[in-house]
Amino acid sequence: MTQRRPETGRALVATGNMAACAVLGTAPPLHVNKLSCLFYRKVCDVHRHGVARRFRSTRVPDQELVGVVGLEVHAQIRSSTKLFSAAEVGFSAPPNSLVSFFDASLPGTLPVLNRRCVEAAVTTALALGCTVNRKSLFDRKHYFYADLPAGYQITQQRRAVAVDGRLVYSLLGGRKRSQVQTKTVRIKQIQLEQDSGKSLHDDQRCQTLIDLNRAGVGLMELVMEPDMSCGEEAAAAVRELQLILQALGTCQGNMSEGQLRVDANVSVHRPGEALGVRTEVKNINSARFLSRAIDYEIQRQIEALERGEAVQNETRMYDSKSGHTIPMRDKEGLQDYRFMPEPNLPPLVVYEDRRSVPEGAGPGAVVLEALRESLPELPSARRGRLVRSYGLLPEHSFTLVNEDGLMEYFEAVVKETRKEPRKVIGWVTNELLGHLKQHNLSVSDCPVPPSALAELLELQEAGHISTSVAKQVLQLMWMDPGKGAQEIVREQDLGLVCDSGDLQSVCQRVLDSNPDQVRALREGNKKVFNRLMGLVQKETKGRADPVLVRRILEDKTS
Amino acid sequence: MSDFLLKVNVAKMHMVCVEGKVSPTELCRRCLNRIRKTRHLNAYITVTEELALKQAEEAEVRLLRGVGVLDGIPFAVKDNFCTENIRTTCASRMLRDYIPPYNATVVQRLLDQGAVLMGKTNMDEFAMGSGSTDGVFGPARNPWSYAAPYREQAGGAEEDSDWVIAGGSSGGSGASVTSLTSFLALGSDTGGSTRNPGALCGAVALKPTYGLLSRHGLIPLVNSMDVPGILTRSTSDAAIVLDVLQGRDLKDSTTVQSPTSHTGLTEDFDVRNLCVGIPEEYHAPGLSPETLAQWSRLADLLEGAGARVRRVSLPHTRHSIVCYHVLCCAEVASNMARFDGLEFGHRSTVDSSTEAMYAASRHEGFNDVVRGRILCGNFFLLKQNYERYFLKAQQVRRLIAEDFRRVFSAGVDVLLTPTTLSDATRYSHFIEEDNRTRSSQEDIFTQPANIAGLPAVSVPTALSSRGLPIGLQLIGPAFQDQKLLNVAHWIEQRMGFPSISNYELPNKREIDMEQTTTV
Repeated sequence: MTQRRPETGRALVATGNMAACAVLGTAPPLHVNKLSCLFYRKVCDVHRHGVARRFRSTRVPDQELVGVVGLEVHAQIRSSTKLFSAAEVGFSAPPNSLVSFFDASLPGTLPVLNRRCVEAAVTTALALGCTVNRKSLFDRKHYFYADLPAGYQITQQRRAVAVDGRLVYSLLGGRKRSQVQTKTVRIKQIQLEQDSGKSLHDDQRCQTLIDLNRAGVGLMELVMEPDMSCGEEAAAAVRELQLILQALGTCQGNMSEGQLRVDANVSVHRPGEALGVRTEVKNINSARFLSRAIDYEIQRQIEALERGEAVQNETRMYDSKSGHTIPMRDKEGLQDYRFMPEPNLPPLVVYEDRRSVPEGAGPGAVVLEALRESLPELPSARRGRLVRSYGLLPEHSFTLVNEDGLMEYFEAVVKETRKEPRKVIGWVTNELLGHLKQHNLSVSDCPVPPSALAELLELQEAGHISTSVAKQVLQLMWMDPGKGAQEIVREQDLGLVCDSGDLQSVCQRVLDSNPDQVRALREGNKKVFNRLMGLVQKETKGRADPVLVRRILEDKTS
Repeated sequence: MSDFLLKVNVAKMHMVCVEGKVSPTELCRRCLNRIRKTRHLNAYITVTEELALKQAEEAEVRLLRGVGVLDGIPFAVKDNFCTENIRTTCASRMLRDYIPPYNATVVQRLLDQGAVLMGKTNMDEFAMGSGSTDGVFGPARNPWSYAAPYREQAGGAEEDSDWVIAGGSSGGSGASVTSLTSFLALGSDTGGSTRNPGALCGAVALKPTYGLLSRHGLIPLVNSMDVPGILTRSTSDAAIVLDVLQGRDLKDSTTVQSPTSHTGLTEDFDVRNLCVGIPEEYHAPGLSPETLAQWSRLADLLEGAGARVRRVSLPHTRHSIVCYHVLCCAEVASNMARFDGLEFGHRSTVDSSTEAMYAASRHEGFNDVVRGRILCGNFFLLKQNYERYFLKAQQVRRLIAEDFRRVFSAGVDVLLTPTTLSDATRYSHFIEEDNRTRSSQEDIFTQPANIAGLPAVSVPTALSSRGLPIGLQLIGPAFQDQKLLNVAHWIEQRMGFPSISNYELPNKREIDMEQTTTV
């Protein structure tokens, strides 16, 4: 969906199929919530100087220019109805099918605050360590735009629902990308506001079609302080936020569906000096693009300054095709939003505990105590617990927590097998996740349930099958869901060959046909032993009991 | 049934219906007939004849089951309250053909009581005015312009040249009630828009406490001051309607539960325990000697009956009208932003771009008054002006409200003031000044109650020497609406204000109408 203003043509309220197609046809191919790994694809030193270091080739000034990044995140509140109306919230409904009279701004309609949305914002605020304002206020922000039917957005300008929080996120650094580095970005405030509708510009017919399904959906705007220095940090912070929101159930967090929208404020300066002129980069719909857009923008600004040019305070759009940011034309004129208190909504009051709720406030009162008590385990706590309880490596804990449902899967497997968790983890994060990625499936769609994997691992642990056979069996289980590991091993005759007599003859055959190797071994080249082991396994298609084979070979060659 | 019966109050009419002397359908036909006879008043923008007759028929079936005192009673609604499937125009070209898909809460509550909707009444465009002269359907006329007392002193002048205004902006509602085409009417009151026509047309006009009546479905002027108003011919009728309309509405977050469940009036209200405040600031320049005389007469009457009458001061009141102007324009600018021709309302044929379409639709759809207020409001809300105008006005607003609180907490129960500077002005004279000037003159005594959110009621007291009604206003502490009506009732009983039906002239227009309709 393009975000630019209509140059020509008149706006209509969309009812036809064209709009429907356009809505459905806009999902970008990247689903960020399916990325399970940490952001270590790209080399980005997380120190503030990191970005500049990469541009060192151009010129080395007295002190290097470094990037400064702040984010504004719009998170769509997960709620069955909109912020101020009873209309349903849904992503791919037919255009203008989820629109109340209020959402269409029919004259005489009034906003009625949805308690569920307030609770979502307050819960999020608590999880991020914010101070929740006991009283916050709503304001009108005015601008004319076809998908903003009232001509103003109801937001919280004077006093937001929560302020002063922090988001702790981690990156993997170090030479092996296995060293966990923890960072913090301050949250300036969280405010409640309405989402707008969607405009679809049909340039050929000079028309703009309006879909108001999204108009009035509740948003939490999280404003982060400029505490980050590069795209990787921003992406990691957003990923962590996404996990927190998903754990809380306050936002589904899917960037490609627009449930999480991130604008980046980017500037460059020399450390110790005042912040530079910033640009705002919009139209970023995945964490990967966020990272790229920010790094591109930092580089662009550094190069501009080094050429002696100034950075303009402007809004830029990220073009994912070219990987560039380009100025947005519509933001040229300075907007005066003519803020005004929203007269139709009383102040939003949040109570500390049940006792402080005055009589007459009704059961609809939002109580901090209750929300605090019902906070679920947050991702950072989950990771800590996984490392402590199962002796996992931190990077494994990240993989488990990042992939929706994978931690639960892992814990279920561990519960059903005697195999040590540290040995199970590889099966889950490498084998299983590999298969999932290969088939583009989420954990919930996995054809092999935890109990089936546990059964397989039990067979291996008990020495009934070898590791390589186990992998083979997993593959077969994947293709034939419902079939147990034991069944497959039996049918395919994959069980470990433990019969000493059979193995004796196989080993003898191998030794006989490789006299050179045997000689080398006898002369003291111990490496050859493993080769011979491998040849035996090859003969038996990986089914030979390695302990037995070793003993037989040792006997025969000593 | 004769028109004479139309002048009785709601309770009496209800009894008449229950006793079977008159059926709701007959009553409805009578009122419809009278609407036709008084069409020259231009009180109605839309007459919902078919619907009214259908509702009356339904009421007739229900009557025996005893739904309530309003069952079958004809009422009228100002054309800025949304009515389902009935066009709601705000007397503006912008909404000329707008048909809302829902009923305003106050309309719905009347319908739920079985009241019969006669039509939608005339007003100033988007309620911006004080004469009901600035609507796209032309001015509403004051019924007293055609009654004997005024005609006699006019000395045979042409009826069409010297008629007086109905007041505004709810002039159509005021005219509909006093011309006996409805028993009660809804107005809206932002700066006096219900009380002003109430005073000029000789009706009881109640502006309830802010938050007591739902604004859901009232097309807003100034959200923080708008209140649905009640126009009736008696205080007891007003009490009945208030009882039905008041209370919490989930669709309007600014409403509160009503403090009293039943607002029946006290017949033997004792004024000896009453402290009446006379605010000295209301001795304003331009106050007519006759209105002043009525004010004094009533104060004396109250004092004579044992009430304590005290002179009080509301020092910030003189800033009220300026403060009102700033706040009003700011909210108007905001509220009018939705009228862009996209989802509803007038859309211009200019389609070179979305922006051009907006501009043309708004230019064509709104009159000069509306556009002027939008321009002012946007100016006041600009970042560089916000503190100097809007914030300052809000501060002054608090001071004005504080004045009232101080007076009431010092033991004053009600304030007695004039409602308007004088009786109704001739239309030809009224339009010599612009809307803004007239509004600041006309709203001078009424808008402080809106600024402070207080209940106020205008009670007709007497006819002036010109033969036109003079109203006086009572202002009370928040949520003392019931007490205010009790005092108003006491006054009403002693004033003996006449019904217009006492002076009906067999005017030529009416005779013509009668002939055409009876054929």
